[in-house]
Amino acid sequence: MDLLAHLPALQVVVPMLSAPLVVLLQPKGLAWAGATAAALVSFAIALTLALAVLDGQTLDYAMGGWPAPFGIALSVDAFSALVLLVVTGAGAAALLAAKPSIDQQIEAERQPLFYSAWLLALSGLVGIVVSADAFNIFVFMEISSLASYILIAGGPDRRALPAVFKYLIMGTIGATFYLIGVGLIYMMTGTLNLADMEARIGDVTDLNPVLVAAGFITMGLALKAAVFPLHVWVPNAYTHAPHMVTVFLAACATKVSLYVLIRFDYMVLQTNLESHEVQFALFMMPLAILGILVASAVAMFEGHLKRLLASSSIAQIGYILLGASFVSIAGLSASGVHLFNHALAKGGLFLAVACLAYQYRDLRLDQLGGAGARMPWTCAALVVCGLSLIGVPGTAGFISKWLLINAALESGPWGWGLVAIILISSLMAVVYIWRIVEAVYFKAPVETDAPISEAPIQLLFITGLVALLNIYFGLFPQIPLELANSAAALLMEGAQ
Amino acid sequence: MIPETAILLAIGIPLAGALAIALAGKISPNVREAATAITSVSLIWVVWGLLPTLFDGGRPAVEVSELMPGLTIAFTVEPLGMLFAALASGLWLINSIYSVGYMRGNNEKNQTRFFACFALALSATMGIAFAGNLFTLFLFYELLTLSTYPLVAHKGDAATVRSARIYLGVLLSTSIGLFLPAIIWTYNVAGTGDFTAGGILAGKLNDPEIGLLLGLFVFGIGKAAVMPMHKWLPAAMVAPTPVSALLHAVAVVKAGVFAITKIIVYIFGVEFLFAAPSSQWLLYAAAFTVITASLVALRQTNIKRLLAYSTIAQLSYVVMAAAILKPLAEVGAAIHMVAHAFGKITLFFAAGAIYVASKKTEIHQLRGIGRRMPWTMAAFTIGALSMIGVPPTGGFVSKWYILAGAFQADNLVAVFTIIASTVLNAAYFLPILYLVWFEREKEGGKAHGEAPFLAVLALCLTALLTLGFFLFNGPVIELESQVVKGIS
Repeated sequence: MDLLAHLPALQVVVPMLSAPLVVLLQPKGLAWAGATAAALVSFAIALTLALAVLDGQTLDYAMGGWPAPFGIALSVDAFSALVLLVVTGAGAAALLAAKPSIDQQIEAERQPLFYSAWLLALSGLVGIVVSADAFNIFVFMEISSLASYILIAGGPDRRALPAVFKYLIMGTIGATFYLIGVGLIYMMTGTLNLADMEARIGDVTDLNPVLVAAGFITMGLALKAAVFPLHVWVPNAYTHAPHMVTVFLAACATKVSLYVLIRFDYMVLQTNLESHEVQFALFMMPLAILGILVASAVAMFEGHLKRLLASSSIAQIGYILLGASFVSIAGLSASGVHLFNHALAKGGLFLAVACLAYQYRDLRLDQLGGAGARMPWTCAALVVCGLSLIGVPGTAGFISKWLLINAALESGPWGWGLVAIILISSLMAVVYIWRIVEAVYFKAPVETDAPISEAPIQLLFITGLVALLNIYFGLFPQIPLELANSAAALLMEGAQ
Repeated sequence: MIPETAILLAIGIPLAGALAIALAGKISPNVREAATAITSVSLIWVVWGLLPTLFDGGRPAVEVSELMPGLTIAFTVEPLGMLFAALASGLWLINSIYSVGYMRGNNEKNQTRFFACFALALSATMGIAFAGNLFTLFLFYELLTLSTYPLVAHKGDAATVRSARIYLGVLLSTSIGLFLPAIIWTYNVAGTGDFTAGGILAGKLNDPEIGLLLGLFVFGIGKAAVMPMHKWLPAAMVAPTPVSALLHAVAVVKAGVFAITKIIVYIFGVEFLFAAPSSQWLLYAAAFTVITASLVALRQTNIKRLLAYSTIAQLSYVVMAAAILKPLAEVGAAIHMVAHAFGKITLFFAAGAIYVASKKTEIHQLRGIGRRMPWTMAAFTIGALSMIGVPPTGGFVSKWYILAGAFQADNLVAVFTIIASTVLNAAYFLPILYLVWFEREKEGGKAHGEAPFLAVLALCLTALLTLGFFLFNGPVIELESQVVKGIS
C-alpha cells in the first residue's frame, strides 16, 4: 500500500505522537524545533492530500483495516482538504514565526509543555476535519479545546484566566449540545458513522428526535464557531492569549467548527429532513447578517488592537455563514474561498500584531504612535493584510467578496439587498482598518525607555510572507477556488 | 521590443522604480533622484514606443491572469488609453524635475517615501490607462487611491490627516459602494467586462436601467469629481504641490474622466447610449458641476483651493463632452484631457514655486509678485489663459472641438454651459493676472526672487507645451479620431 493511502491517518497521527515527544526535548530551543518540524510535516501532508483530491475524489481510510461503519473511518475530500490546508498552514506558519515571541512571553522551562499543547491542539483540529464519524469529531473537539484552553491561559497576561474560563464554559456547553444531538441520532439510527447515519435516518419513522438533534447540533457548533450572537467568548480569549496563539487560533479554530456545522447539515440533515435547507437558510442568514453588521460596528469603535481584530473575526465568520446559507454551489464555493482567504488575512494581521507586541507592551490604538516609522516592514504587512480584509482588488479578500456578491445576486429577489449589506460592511472594514493605519503612521510617537526597532527577522519574515501570499492569492486564486468549487459540488450533491 | 512586453514594462518599470527609490533613499538623496530620473525616462521610452503601433491601427493586448472564468487581468492599448499613458508618463518626468527643486527648496521630510509612492502611483496610472477590462481598471483605480494616500497625508499633522481621511473616505466609499456594484452588474448582464469597440451592453439592458447603471459608474468613479462627489479634491490640496500638480491635475483626476469616457465609448457604446433617453441626465449633471464649481472658485481666496475648484469644473467639461455622445465631442473630450493637463500643471507648478520662494498661499498676497518672479508668473498667465480658452493656448483647441460636437448634436445646454463657464473662468483668473502684473507690492514685504532653478525650468517647459499644443495638435487628433471611426 502506498504512502498516499495512509496520509489521512498520518495527518492526525504525526502531530499527536509528536506532542509527548516534544515534552522530552528540554534543551533550549529544541522543543520549538521539534514542534515546528511536526507542524511542517502535517502541512506537507495536507498539501499532498489537497492535490490528490483537487479533482473531486474522496480518500477514505479505515483505521486498523476495520471497515466502516464498524471501525473508525477517516475521510478526506475537497472540503476537508481545504480546511486542512488552512489549519496546518496556520499552525506551521505561526510556529515558524513563533520563537522570538514565545521566548518573550513564556518561561523557558514551561516551553516544552506549551509546544506540546500546541501540537495537541493542532492534531485535535485536523482530527475533527478528517473524521468521518460523529463521535470521533466530538473526541477531537475536546482534545483541541482542552489544548487551546492551555494555550490561551499559558501567557503572562493574568486576564487570560477569566477569559479562558468563559471560553471553557461556553465551549463545554457547545460540545455537550453537540453530543446530545449526536446521542439522539444514535438512539434513532444506531450508528455514528456520518455516511451510515445519512443512509439510516431515511428508515426512521418518527423524525422528531432527529429534528431536535439537528437543533442541538446546530446550536452547539454555532457556539463553538462563534456565530453571532454566541460569540461573546471570542474577544477576551483572543485579546489576552499569547500573541502567537492568537495567530494560530484566530486563523483556524472557529472555522473548523463551522466546517463541521456545514458538513453535518448538508451531508446528513438536509437529505433527510424535509425542507431542512429552508430552515437552515432562514435561521442562519439573519444571524450571519446581524453578525456582519454588529461586529463590524463594534470593531469600528474598539480601542484595543487585538480586540478590534477579534470583533472583525466575528463579522468574517458571518460572511462564511452567509455564503453557506444560500444553499447553492456558488454560495458554498464563496464560503470555502473566504474561509481560506480570511485565514490568510487575519493570520497575517495577527502576525503583524505579534511583531508590534514584541516592541510595544500596550496594544491600545493610542499607544502605538510612531510604529510606522520605527517598524516600517511590520506596518507595511499590516496594511497589506488589512486591505485584504477590506477586500481591495488585487488581494485575496477581493476574490471572496466578488464570489459572495455574485452568489448573493443569484440567491433570489433579495440579492441586491444582500449585496448592499456586504458592501456596507466592507466600508465599515475600511473605517476600522484605517483607524489602525492612522494610529501607527500618524500618532505622535510614544515615549519608550529603549529605542524601538523592527521585530526579530524570523517573526518579520513569516509576516511578510503571509502578506505577500495575500497578494498572490488575489492575483492567482486558482488553487483555493478549485478546492472550494469541488467542495461546494460535493456538498450540494450530498444535500440532494 | 514587441508591444506586449512594452505594456507589462509600462506597469512594471515604475513599480520596480518605487522599490529602487526606496532602497536608494538609504544611500543618498542624489542616488534616489537619479533612480527617479532613470525610471521616468525609461517609462517614457517604453510608453511612447507604443505610439507607432497605435497610429498603424494596432491594438496590442496581453492577458496576465484569469482569476476565474470571465474575470481576467488583461491589458489592451487603444487610442484613449495610449493618450492618457503618454501624457502622464511625459509629465511625470517634468514633474520629477520640479519635485526635486520643490522638495529640497522646502526642506520637506520623508522625501524617500514621497518619491517611492509617486512612482507607485504612476504604475497604477499606467495600469488604468492600459486596462483591457473593467476589473483590471478597478484594480488599478483602487491601487491609485491607496498609493496617493501617503502623498496627500505627507505632512502628517492632525489637519492633514483629517483631510487625507476625507480623500480616502470619499474615493474608497464611492468606488466600493457604487463603482463595484456597477461593475458586477455589467459582468452579470453582459457576461464580460472587456472594453470592446461599440460597447458590450447594446440590447442587453433596457431604458431606465441604462441611466441607473450610468449613474453608478459616474458617481462611483469619484476621481472624476462630478458633484456631489467632488469634496475629496479640495481636501487633497493639503498635499505638497508636486502631488497636486501631477496627481490632482493630471493622473488621478484624469484617471477618473478617462475611465468615464472609456466606459461610455467601450462599455455602453456611444450610439447605444445616445438612443437611450435615460442617459440624458449625465449632461445636465456635468453642466451643473461646471457652472457650480466655477461659481465656488470665484469665492476662493487660497490659490490652490481656487485651482482645485477650477479643476473640478474642467473635469466636468470632459464628462460633459463625452456625454454629448457625438464623434467630435468625444474627440474634444480626449483633447481637453491633454490641454487641461498642460495648463493646470503649469498653474500648480507656479503656485508651488510662489510658495517655495515666498511662502505665500493666498491670492491677495500676490500683489505685484510678477516683478519678483517674472518667469513663474508668465507661465502662470499662459496657464490661466489656457483655462479660459484664449488662443494661442491649448485650451482653445479643445473648447473648439467640444463646441463643434455640441452643435453637431444641436445641444444648446452644452453650448450655453461652455459660454457661461468661459465667462466665469475669465472672471476668476483675470483679476489675479491684474493683481500680479499691474498692482504694486505692499510696503515691507519680504524680498525674494524666483524659486529654485529646477522648479522654474519645469514650469516653463509646461507653459511651452501649453502654447505648443495650440499649433501642434495634429497627431493627437488623428489618433483620437480612430476611437470614433464609424460613429455618426
